[in-house]
Amino acid sequence: MAALVLAEHDGRHLKAATRSAVAAALRLGGEAHLLVAGQDVRGVAEDAAAVAGVTKVLLADDPLYAHPLAETLAPLVIGLSADYAAIVAAATTFGKNVLPRVAAKCDVQQISEIVAVVSPDTFVRPIYAGNALATVQSKDALKVITVRATAFEPAASAGGAAPIVTTPAMPAAADASFLRDELTKSERPELTSARVVISGGRGMQNGDNFKLIEPIAQSLGAAIGASRAAVDAGFVSNDLQVGQTGKIVAPDLYIAVGISGAIQHLAGMGESKVIVAINKDESAPIFDVADYGLVADLFQALPELAAALKSG
Amino acid sequence: MKALVAVKRVIDYNVKIRVKADNSGVETANVKFSANPFDEIAVEEAVRLKESGSVSEIIVVTIGPAAAQDVLRSALAIGADRAILIETGEEIQPLAVAKILKALCEREAPQIAILGKQAIDDDSNQTGQALAALLGWPQGTFASKLVIANGRAEVTREIDGGLETLSLTLPAVVTTDLRLNEPRYASLPNIMKAKKKPLDIIPAATLGLDLAPRLATLRVEAPPKRSAGIRVKTVAELVDKLKTEAKVI
Ligand SMILES: Cc1cc2nc3c(=O)[nH]c(=O)nc-3n(C[C@H](O)[C@H](O)[C@H](O)COP(=O)(O)OP(=O)(O)OC[C@H]3O[C@@H](n4cnc5c(N)ncnc54)[C@H](O)[C@@H]3O)c2cc1C
Ligand SMILES: Cc1cc2nc3c(=O)[nH]c(=O)nc-3n(C[C@H](O)[C@H](O)[C@H](O)COP(=O)(O)OP(=O)(O)OC[C@H]3O[C@@H](n4cnc5c(N)ncnc54)[C@H](O)[C@@H]3O)c2cc1C
Repeated sequence: MAALVLAEHDGRHLKAATRSAVAAALRLGGEAHLLVAGQDVRGVAEDAAAVAGVTKVLLADDPLYAHPLAETLAPLVIGLSADYAAIVAAATTFGKNVLPRVAAKCDVQQISEIVAVVSPDTFVRPIYAGNALATVQSKDALKVITVRATAFEPAASAGGAAPIVTTPAMPAAADASFLRDELTKSERPELTSARVVISGGRGMQNGDNFKLIEPIAQSLGAAIGASRAAVDAGFVSNDLQVGQTGKIVAPDLYIAVGISGAIQHLAGMGESKVIVAINKDESAPIFDVADYGLVADLFQALPELAAALKSG
Repeated sequence: MKALVAVKRVIDYNVKIRVKADNSGVETANVKFSANPFDEIAVEEAVRLKESGSVSEIIVVTIGPAAAQDVLRSALAIGADRAILIETGEEIQPLAVAKILKALCEREAPQIAILGKQAIDDDSNQTGQALAALLGWPQGTFASKLVIANGRAEVTREIDGGLETLSLTLPAVVTTDLRLNEPRYASLPNIMKAKKKPLDIIPAATLGLDLAPRLATLRVEAPPKRSAGIRVKTVAELVDKLKTEAKVI
């Protein structure tokens, strides 16, 4: 039997994390189908149909799905679940919000944020902020799984030619309505899929000083991230938080500036290929995981780095 | 209206986690346990709702061994009115936790159930959503702001792209994110008063629910260790290494 992957999109484009979920679903040994729910999202369904390895796209195009609410999406997925061996989504705030609601209604214990598929019923998942990896075997007939996107190379965005079939909307499970959102607009690449990430911590002292990071991010095509301390202090918005309880990133290059390296922060960036730390305290724990450590005052080092990168 | 708050007892976030030599789990002997930090935020939020007049009574619940009474006493010291320990020595997975909390919600009829968005031990991030599903209630997960007015909850949620605000009918489930509030410390007089507040102990087995684990933990391992690299002396040396050695820029 196939796996049904719940697609995440912004109304126009499929999120890259969904293609990682497809890659994980394909490891389960069956086909992978994508469910696209939204309003006027034929374009997204076409994106979905082109994803390599996807053999069918289910399209629920209805005003009910204008905003991705768990109360409307869960009944839709549950209605389709009888035909599937597994329900899969990326472990983004979207997937984490919807899938446990599906699992509980199906009397299934969800397997959260897997980083490897050992066999169709056995998975590896990090626990304790990634300080331990548990291999767990599910006894439920239906598997409901969220996937850590950075652990699975995304399925290619082109190469597939899956048929698109429409599926009807289902009544909402409870009364919830969307009021508004404040989405951060940024010229920078998306934090979770960027090749380079440069993050600032409490050492940055205020939001204004993040301007010192911008030219470097610009030169490197990097996304900007932050520690919890920097977000709590209001230097930058919440969506920039990297860590156990923020976003998980695994770029080719991660530059930590004025970040001490608390376990909860390392949980979000420890899988990065190359880690650079800039910190004035030579005994900061971040240096224990950094490939290249620079003991320096960031207010001196950042302008120097910006200049060095600009000159080539 | 009543509020029900779920608090989990977990290994303190400052403890360095060690995997057991036989790979059956993590070392829990002689380590400090505390309330899950997100649950302290949940208790604080309920107390603020009570102080502002939206909530009349706060019931805190934990599911775990007898030792878990300590997190209930702490919650009572912060301002919860009474506590329930669902006692068990067994492993209770999130679906089963949600079933227990559902039974308690049916008994106590709260208008709001507040949970943490995730427990920092198992990092599942699912119990609140599962509870909402089982009760047929709406859910406001990862909340950074909560306003109760006119029989509805307005919940601002931290999502990957920024913030989103939903309006939910009550009763509803809310799960807390880090920036919902900053929990207060309990004062000594309140710690003393908390000792006299009611704390019911109910054996989990008497609830008549299917609490059997659905996930078998086959192995727990330490992740591959990352070792420290080298120190560079100047920005110029750093840039050179990144270009010629690491080849990432
Ligand atoms: C339940 C829970 C969940 C959490 N989740 C997360 C999470 O998801 N992500 C996260 O990041 N944290 C998380 N934390 C918080 C974490 O424990 C740390 O408190 C946080 O990461 C510290 O941020 P920081 O390194 O910026 O600040 P600090 O620890 O204060 O470090 C600041 C660093 O800046 C350096 N510095 C200061 N001035 C300069 C200068 N001029 N030049 C160079 N260096 C300088 C200092 O030497 C210091 O090392 C969580 C905590 C809890 C309890
Ligand atoms: C004796 C025992 C042994 C265990 N052994 C293992 C093991 O070997 N391996 C393993 O991976 N896990 C083990 N666990 C953990 C257990 O299996 C579940 O993973 C855990 O209870 C729920 O997952 P979570 O807390 O990550 O859920 P989340 O969904 O992350 O929790 C979210 C919120 O739900 C509420 N909540 C969750 N659990 C409780 C609770 N017990 N009481 C009150 N509120 C709660 C809290 O508000 C919490 O903030 C054990 C638990 C016990 C009691």
